[in-house]
Amino acid sequence: MTVSNVLHFHTDAEIHKAAETARQTFRSGITRSLKYRRHQLEQLWRLIDDNTDLIIEALKKDLHKHKNETLLGELVPAKEEINDALKHLDEWAKDEKVVPALVNRVGVTCLKRKEPKGAALIISPWNYPFFLTIGPMVGAIAAGCTAVIKPSEVAPHSANVMTDLFARYLDNRAYIVINGAAQETTKLLEYKWDHIFYTGNGVVAKIIMRAAAQHLTSLTLELGGKSPAIIDEHANMAVTAKRIAFGKTFNAGQTCVAPDYVLITAKAQEKFIAELKKALEELYSKNPQSSNDYGRIINNRHFHRLSKVLHENKSGDIVIGGQTDEKDLYIAPTVIANVERDDKLMEDELFGPLLPMIQVADVDDAIEYINSKDEPLALYIFSSNKKFANKIMDSTRSGAVLVNDTLMHVAEGNLPFGGTGPSGMGAYHGKKSFEAFSHERSTMIKDLNPISEAAMSVRYAPYNDTNLKVARLVLESVPRFKKSFVLKHFKWIVFALIFGVGLKKFF
Amino acid sequence: MTLTYTPMSEIPKVVQGLRSAFNAGFTRSLDYRKQQLRAMYNMISENDAAIRDAVFQDLHKPPAELMIGESGMVKQECIDAIKNLDKWAANRSVKTGIVNKFDNVHIRKDPLGMVLIIGAWNYPLNLLLAPAVGAIAAGNTVLLKPSEVAPHTAALLTKLLPAYLDQRAYRIVNGAADETTLLLEHKFDHIFYTGSGQVGRIIMGAAAKQLTPVTLELGGKSPAFISRDVDIAITARRLAFGKFFNCGQTCIAPDYLIVERGIEDKLIEAFKASILEFYGTSVQSSNSYGRIVNKSHFLRLKALLDQTKGEVVAGGELDEDNLFISPTLVLGVEKDDKLMEGEIFGPILPLMVVDRLVEGVKYVNQGDQPLALYVFSKNKKAIDYILDHTRSGGVVVNDALVHFIVSNLPFGGTGPSGIGNYHGKRSFDVFSHERSALIKSMGMEKLNDLRYPPYSEKKTRWLDWFLFDKASFGGKAAIDNATANPPPPSTTTAPSASSTINGSSTVSSNPNGRTSSPALPENQHRKAAAKSENGSTSHAPEASTATTTTVV
Repeated sequence: MTVSNVLHFHTDAEIHKAAETARQTFRSGITRSLKYRRHQLEQLWRLIDDNTDLIIEALKKDLHKHKNETLLGELVPAKEEINDALKHLDEWAKDEKVVPALVNRVGVTCLKRKEPKGAALIISPWNYPFFLTIGPMVGAIAAGCTAVIKPSEVAPHSANVMTDLFARYLDNRAYIVINGAAQETTKLLEYKWDHIFYTGNGVVAKIIMRAAAQHLTSLTLELGGKSPAIIDEHANMAVTAKRIAFGKTFNAGQTCVAPDYVLITAKAQEKFIAELKKALEELYSKNPQSSNDYGRIINNRHFHRLSKVLHENKSGDIVIGGQTDEKDLYIAPTVIANVERDDKLMEDELFGPLLPMIQVADVDDAIEYINSKDEPLALYIFSSNKKFANKIMDSTRSGAVLVNDTLMHVAEGNLPFGGTGPSGMGAYHGKKSFEAFSHERSTMIKDLNPISEAAMSVRYAPYNDTNLKVARLVLESVPRFKKSFVLKHFKWIVFALIFGVGLKKFF
Repeated sequence: MTLTYTPMSEIPKVVQGLRSAFNAGFTRSLDYRKQQLRAMYNMISENDAAIRDAVFQDLHKPPAELMIGESGMVKQECIDAIKNLDKWAANRSVKTGIVNKFDNVHIRKDPLGMVLIIGAWNYPLNLLLAPAVGAIAAGNTVLLKPSEVAPHTAALLTKLLPAYLDQRAYRIVNGAADETTLLLEHKFDHIFYTGSGQVGRIIMGAAAKQLTPVTLELGGKSPAFISRDVDIAITARRLAFGKFFNCGQTCIAPDYLIVERGIEDKLIEAFKASILEFYGTSVQSSNSYGRIVNKSHFLRLKALLDQTKGEVVAGGELDEDNLFISPTLVLGVEKDDKLMEGEIFGPILPLMVVDRLVEGVKYVNQGDQPLALYVFSKNKKAIDYILDHTRSGGVVVNDALVHFIVSNLPFGGTGPSGIGNYHGKRSFDVFSHERSALIKSMGMEKLNDLRYPPYSEKKTRWLDWFLFDKASFGGKAAIDNATANPPPPSTTTAPSASSTINGSSTVSSNPNGRTSSPALPENQHRKAAAKSENGSTSHAPEASTATTTTVV
């Protein structure tokens, strides 16, 4: 197969058909069987394994993404997600037993059934087209949902590859790809879904949530935000610089959890810049444009957005990089020092290889600045001082927090990945992905035994003081802070008495 | 009684105050949270008589119902939260993958911030304060908006709350639509709403503007399936309890019955006996029976009774001045009856008689997912069939309402019956953000070099070896028809009853599910796919009903 950049958009009729099919297939019940889910997950794994080279080629064309970045940032985590789901599916999907309160303890079974929500809609972005599509799909398949998948049209090579491969490997009654742009997405949102999983930006997320509100559809929103990196002046600057450079330039900065800006004291700034310069040269040589390892900006529109921000910014000095090449969609890794707090660069998520640095007086100043802005998706702290790190963690809010590294929490399947506030709602990865697409159906199974019925009749009318008292006794426990000394230590008093009496008897 | 609404000009100040209280950070302390929860407990237990009185004036609610359904539960939630808070709020360690093997990986439970809780009038105490317990336990500042439809309770809480809880962090705003609309213009970090789907849509739409997460506790028409083999007296008693508790104004009250043909007469007799047992010969003079909350709801219910084509076989007495509607059973209700349109939310119980319960399953699946679903049966296979083929917020077999008071069971809907759930630890989770934390050391930078550019073939090979798991299911099988979809079970042999339920899920697997070849051009390929979709889905429902009628 050759990877094409011409993406065929689906018509309204095809969209209607896809939505109907996903719903019908869910109703038929085939996706509820664990065997079926496991099979589809295995197929998804094979899809990646058989077509790794094809996927690498598509991403090279869309994003100039190096093979290693494709492996590390997309295919490895996607396969890990699938493996994890396959390994734990039985455990995740099993009814969870619950211990009920006293009243319901006799002859009663309390369970949490893990049931699929139904037909899901998954809308994925262009920056990690494969991982951010397959990741949620693993959750949907594992939970037993059907799904319509809308890949981003901004990465057309990848969208084409996915359209082709999903149809070939997966059951296309249950998992259907729809391609298109705003118009097609709007059409998709007119239908009633049982869950919508969107990865992208806040502006579109608001539109999606408003549409979801019409049908009272639950949502997972994976958005972004300006993720800060706070550097302790006593931190190891060489390692700090290397890890920030890595996180910022991976996929040319087009990562939702990329460090967006740096907060640093004036004293440490100079040393950090020197180390950063060294680190960037180590990564991409003196001329990153000629490096095979450095990505490109996705398209013209984003290139212009970034160069506009860079040029309209009034404060700050470009200390590293600054070169751009429109024809190549190339922007060099660029570091801007001494940026004012309310400047253009500090307004929106940068989503490109620009790194502004803001001077702060101390850690309190940094915390105050972070709290004056929206909650970011990630927060990075570089320090070997536990107190320094804990103070920041305890007084800020963010989707995730990472000390002494960047991006690596995404690779940790057991950590829920998601934002808070404007950086998103809901989380996924590992078991959380399964949960995002599942409904925990509280289940209580009793019998119609006349004896237990007699025991329970205290709850029935006619109500009088007696049954109120009995119900109180059965239902209400006395809180520890209300208990008298005797009640609080009842067990020990009994124990002491028995022991004391026993001893007396003994002697 | 008129409730004094909070002046509109006050509202932004209240919100601002709560926001700066959260930023000040004192609500994050665990001791502080416990102290406030204790105060909440004391507030309810020390003012028992006043609360009883207020709720009685709003809803004619008997003290026993108040205790079982409201005050007792809130107190229990307080006790559970105080007892378990250290455990709930502790960082959760996480098993790590190879990449972060030597690092500290855990999940923090951070408060969301400033949250808004909008209560409902049918359980005016519980539905406002039970979520508040979770919000306080999680370390948030809380704005409470009681329902103005239960004004006595709202007024009492407005008086009591400042006397017990910290005024800086927990505030009440009173009002109706205008005040709520103004509240929703502010940015909250979570909105917890209990009420109707119609308002739920408005609230979620408003929350979308700020990207605020919501928990919506809504309702829906919760059906009760009754099979032929049950103990009719006990079934009727439990259903009468569930339906007429709080005069039917319960979001999880059984809304209508799906009764297997043959037992309906006996069931009605048993219902009448239970009603007599519960409320005596004159229901209206019973102290154990509630009233409709206000005139507009009374008229809504009256209109339903006037328009139904079914036959009123029990009750049917109305007294507008007293807002009284007696426990009413309506027999012979068809699928298109007025009573089957919206949630009834009153003491009117329609009975739909079906030949087989599977018809009822089909009917339930045509509508929205209900908040609760009740099954009365002794046949385990029938129970499992109904549970496996329907969706609902919660499900109770052989009883009604009682799952609500099990604090370990998350309570909430799915689809139009609600988003998210709460009770017990889940209430704490609702108002917490699970913040993933990864704390690495600065060391071992040489090993980390593997992931940094410049990339080389050598690095790729190392990465591959390090990171890729080999498949545990025998990897690189070529893709062919046999593996793309699970093989269909043979349809010639009649499967036994027990295997059909599982079997029905694979019966519809289409052997030609992957007819499209990669060589086909785009549009033809979609057509091919569509063909197989058609083929498979049209016969799937038939297959499942055909194989399962033997069971149900």
